[in-house]
Amino acid sequence: MAKDQREASTLDASGGTALLEDAGSGTPQDLPPVSPVRASGGRFGAVAGFHSNHPLAALILQRIALSVGLLFAVSLLIFLGVEALPGDFAQTYLGQSATPQAVANIRADLGLDRPAPTRYVEWLGGVLQGDFGNSWASGQSVTSQIAGRLGNTLFLAFFAAVISVPLAVGLGMLAVLYRDKAPDRLINIFSLAAVSLPEFFVGYLLILFFGVQLGWVSYPSTVFSGMPFADRLQAVALPVATLVLVVLAHMMRMTRAAILNVMSSAYIETAELKGLNAFRIIARHAAPNVLAPIITVVALNLAYLVVGVVVVEVVFVYPGMGQYMVDAVTVRDMPVVQACGLIFATVYIVLNMIADILGILANPRLRHPR
Amino acid sequence: MRLRSIPPSAWIGIAGIVLALVCAVFAPWIAPYGEREIVGDIWQPVGGDFLLGTDNLGRDLLSRLIFGARTTIFVAMSATLLSFSLGMILSFTAAVVRGWTDQALSRLNDLLMSVPTLIFALVVLAVLPQEMWILILVMAVLDSTRVFRLGRAVAVDIAVMDFVEAARLRGEGTVWIIFREILPNALSPLLAEFGMRFAFAVLFLSTLSFLGLGIQPPAADWGGMVKDNKDGIIFGIPAALIPGGAIAALAICVNLVVDWLLNRTSSLKGGRG
Amino acid sequence: MTSLLDVRGLKIEATTYPPGEAPRDITIVEDISFRLEQGRVLGLIGESGAGKSTIGLAALAYGRGGVRITAGEVRLDGEDILGLKRPGIRQVRGARVCYVAQSAAAAFNPAHRLGDQIIEAALRHGLMDEAAARERAAYLFGVLSLPDPATFGERYPHQVSGGQLQRAMTAMALLPAPELIVFDEPTTALDVTTQIDVLAAIKRAIEETRTAAIYVTHDLAVVAQVADDIMVLRAGKMVEYGPVRKIIEAPDAEYTRELVSVRSLVQEEAADQSDRLLAIEGVDAAYGETRVLSDVSVHLPRGQTLAVVGESGSGKSTLARVITGLLPPKDGTVRLAGETLPPKLSGRSREQLRTIQMIYQMADTAMNPRHTVGQIIGRPLSFYFNMHGARKRQRVQELLEQIELGEGFIDRYPAELSGGQKQRVAIARALAAEPTVILCDEPTSALDPLVADGILKLLLRLQKETSVSYLFITHDIATVRAIADSVAVLYQGRVVRFGPKSEVLSPPFDDYTDLLLKSVPELRVGWLEEVLQERRMTSAGH
Repeated sequence: MAKDQREASTLDASGGTALLEDAGSGTPQDLPPVSPVRASGGRFGAVAGFHSNHPLAALILQRIALSVGLLFAVSLLIFLGVEALPGDFAQTYLGQSATPQAVANIRADLGLDRPAPTRYVEWLGGVLQGDFGNSWASGQSVTSQIAGRLGNTLFLAFFAAVISVPLAVGLGMLAVLYRDKAPDRLINIFSLAAVSLPEFFVGYLLILFFGVQLGWVSYPSTVFSGMPFADRLQAVALPVATLVLVVLAHMMRMTRAAILNVMSSAYIETAELKGLNAFRIIARHAAPNVLAPIITVVALNLAYLVVGVVVVEVVFVYPGMGQYMVDAVTVRDMPVVQACGLIFATVYIVLNMIADILGILANPRLRHPR
Repeated sequence: MRLRSIPPSAWIGIAGIVLALVCAVFAPWIAPYGEREIVGDIWQPVGGDFLLGTDNLGRDLLSRLIFGARTTIFVAMSATLLSFSLGMILSFTAAVVRGWTDQALSRLNDLLMSVPTLIFALVVLAVLPQEMWILILVMAVLDSTRVFRLGRAVAVDIAVMDFVEAARLRGEGTVWIIFREILPNALSPLLAEFGMRFAFAVLFLSTLSFLGLGIQPPAADWGGMVKDNKDGIIFGIPAALIPGGAIAALAICVNLVVDWLLNRTSSLKGGRG
Repeated sequence: MTSLLDVRGLKIEATTYPPGEAPRDITIVEDISFRLEQGRVLGLIGESGAGKSTIGLAALAYGRGGVRITAGEVRLDGEDILGLKRPGIRQVRGARVCYVAQSAAAAFNPAHRLGDQIIEAALRHGLMDEAAARERAAYLFGVLSLPDPATFGERYPHQVSGGQLQRAMTAMALLPAPELIVFDEPTTALDVTTQIDVLAAIKRAIEETRTAAIYVTHDLAVVAQVADDIMVLRAGKMVEYGPVRKIIEAPDAEYTRELVSVRSLVQEEAADQSDRLLAIEGVDAAYGETRVLSDVSVHLPRGQTLAVVGESGSGKSTLARVITGLLPPKDGTVRLAGETLPPKLSGRSREQLRTIQMIYQMADTAMNPRHTVGQIIGRPLSFYFNMHGARKRQRVQELLEQIELGEGFIDRYPAELSGGQKQRVAIARALAAEPTVILCDEPTSALDPLVADGILKLLLRLQKETSVSYLFITHDIATVRAIADSVAVLYQGRVVRFGPKSEVLSPPFDDYTDLLLKSVPELRVGWLEEVLQERRMTSAGH
């Protein structure tokens, strides 16, 4: 899972100076790399007028439109990916010994004998109404199976976010405050290690220690509907801790880079040469400018977090979307794989979109046009 | 560059990488037992008859770890080399040629990157047959999007420099501009990136294997070994943590070297003073 | 009696981190002493790396980027501010000593309104209440000739122009009524016609507020207009220190004499300018929808120099891009020796490419840092003339001698050369192609004056030897005088004036050329007053 998170830190926190300079904005940005929305006056007079009157609203609308377009492209990609790749599902489904007649029957049952464009339109139409079709494995409605699991996954991700965001931003600030001194180096070493740890390693380490040896929490982390809230919290404690540990390092490194970027700018020197105290410099001159990059960092890492639950759910046998998807992949239950893939991609794209929009909103040049 | 200027952290990283490479290359000669050889009871403890104990089928963990290094590093390295070649050639072409070639490649890249790598891999691997070369190919293609992104950014930075314009005005062809003008200047950031991509590939492969979608048993690989032994955890048997630790150690070592390389590049770019 | 500012034996050091080597300490400034009285202005002048900004910042007890003040005293009203603790230093900065940065665009916080930033220091130091501060800000905006003084402060930094920002920065420094202001190259980034306004505003503001000032610049003509005393610096050491008249009229030190006389090179123009080796006819050019050049027609005779003069945004660099084929024109033609050149680079033959070569403003970025000097100069030889091995090396060596770089340069990398040497190598690379025209895009504007002078002399000598023609793009009138036979003045994409140098640079002028010529600072005391006086008379006359 957290492979994508690694991207973030590798490109931005430590590596991507060249990249950032290229981006020009100086804010750590990662996926999806939305092309800078150009303020080209539209082809139509009305659009151009809207552009010049409400440049900010126009930019945000453009960004939303881009995400919607991206979502459709991704839905097509997920559908076609399954469609165009070699291997006959019916054959795989029944095994090599199946008779051609049985294969044909199955194909007809699953609707695979009809042309792909028709099936795509039907599938997408269903998806837009919240109907992801029926699972090949169980024959049940995918939507009803997903509903509860999605809630569980979001519950897990929510608590991981609530803990990791303030912690990461705080530690990132601490690292900047003690730049190149002991706390900063300690944080750097810790985050370098944390970035390198696979989440299943962290997960099993925590289980072995807290679950098995100390017996503080139960394993596996089962949750079910109607479970008391306190029990539920206890059940997700270890998965949340694992996620926090993994996401924290990335978020912290990126926060540190974002703050340092602002602190080295000329206007901070100006503030210092005005004789302002450190608190005033940070609160009044650094904070408004560092807010946008930090929001971006947080939103990006939350996007990774939602995806990152996949491995953690498998490790903790937690009944969420991630585990559901992995199980479906192993038995090649395509409707479920497609549904989960699309939902994960949607969350990811939407969070990235929110990050970009907040970045646009926080930019004074765009908020106060000439 | 003098050896003395390499910091201790980077030395630790280099040592770890060399150790892993030696294990990978000389596995049959170093390993005390065979890769698939059942040598004792299941889950024997560390330090007894077997240095690291035995696994869920009674195979020697140390031997499997050494053979696992071979598979893990081979697959990760192949995927990285492939993704790097693919990403670099496409990104440099995009940056130099510009125009619609750049637009088409960049938009396609944006699209591929808008789906999280793991999710994408899960969807694709659900369909494709489980073969090692397919695994390598999938990892490489997905990873090349990240290489493309960095490569294009670096190349565009360089391509706008006057010396590239001077070469264009002289009448040089695209191949000369890519290989003689841009590539030599892009090497240091890309070297660090290569290390990072490799660490990423090791972790990604391990994750896929852990989920049962990577290397298929009985071949030993570190992620798969975690999967094999994970059921022991509940009984307090830490066998799964040993291959897990190996993955972490290798990734840390690579990241230590990368960290040092990055610091060097940034000081080359001007730095202080 | 104690002086307002008394600097004694100042020594400033820094640690460099050369890649792959152990960090080492270097001395940036050594043994600097001077005094400054109330209402007086000291000009600090020197080439890049002379340590002048570093000394200016020492007056605020500040070292930029890890620079350390390691010895000496900086006494403000008798008190050594270097000995103060942080709270004490904070009381000095922004209240008693203020700073005006070179790039106001970067030095203002993009997130706050200009007015809030300008009054911030005075409020935080408790020097006045907000109403009084805002009133004083509006007053200063007026003194500095900013538009709408009452509401100017409500704008954000990105909403005003570069020249206005620089004046706003000056207002910010003046607002707390400090005893001393440090101006760090406040007009360097501006066009000449803007520079004169800012300079006049700064001078007036200094006079009205009776503050003392340190004015850091590399331009002797600029500092002569505002300073009472001048200190000439070279490589961190003082060369000469005295009253402004003494320094520019009767300098003692050899180095100062060179600085004073540096811009006096004048080229006798060619008598016959009828030849049309390079002819640009009715060229229109645009980037997308933005039109940059309109109906540009100029020509350049063989063996002569055409100077294309204009300020930023005038389209002068675009003209070079049109000639090289990087930007095909919307309309019009470029002809070389009577032959119409294909508009696009890709349409030109190797021979056509060879005949037009280019020299860039930044020699640093014009040469591949991973190629040696030999490879850089040798590439055109093998590319155009198929020269290889010993013959190529022999020819590279000849070219190096032609640009006055001797043995031992051939295997060096650009990073091992000085700025002037790099530009020479770039010239040799252009010469290697044996072109008929070399386009020079501000080749001297990034160089220190003495080095630039050397490059101009080299270019003139090479022209005599090889009869090459130069199309010389510049914004600097002194350079035009030094090198041109004919001149084209470009303003907003149009040629407002074109002809032999003697005609273009003598009256009667069009409005723009008049403004441009009169804005160029002259190296004599009282020049600024004369220009301003003349302007007032002209405007009164209208």
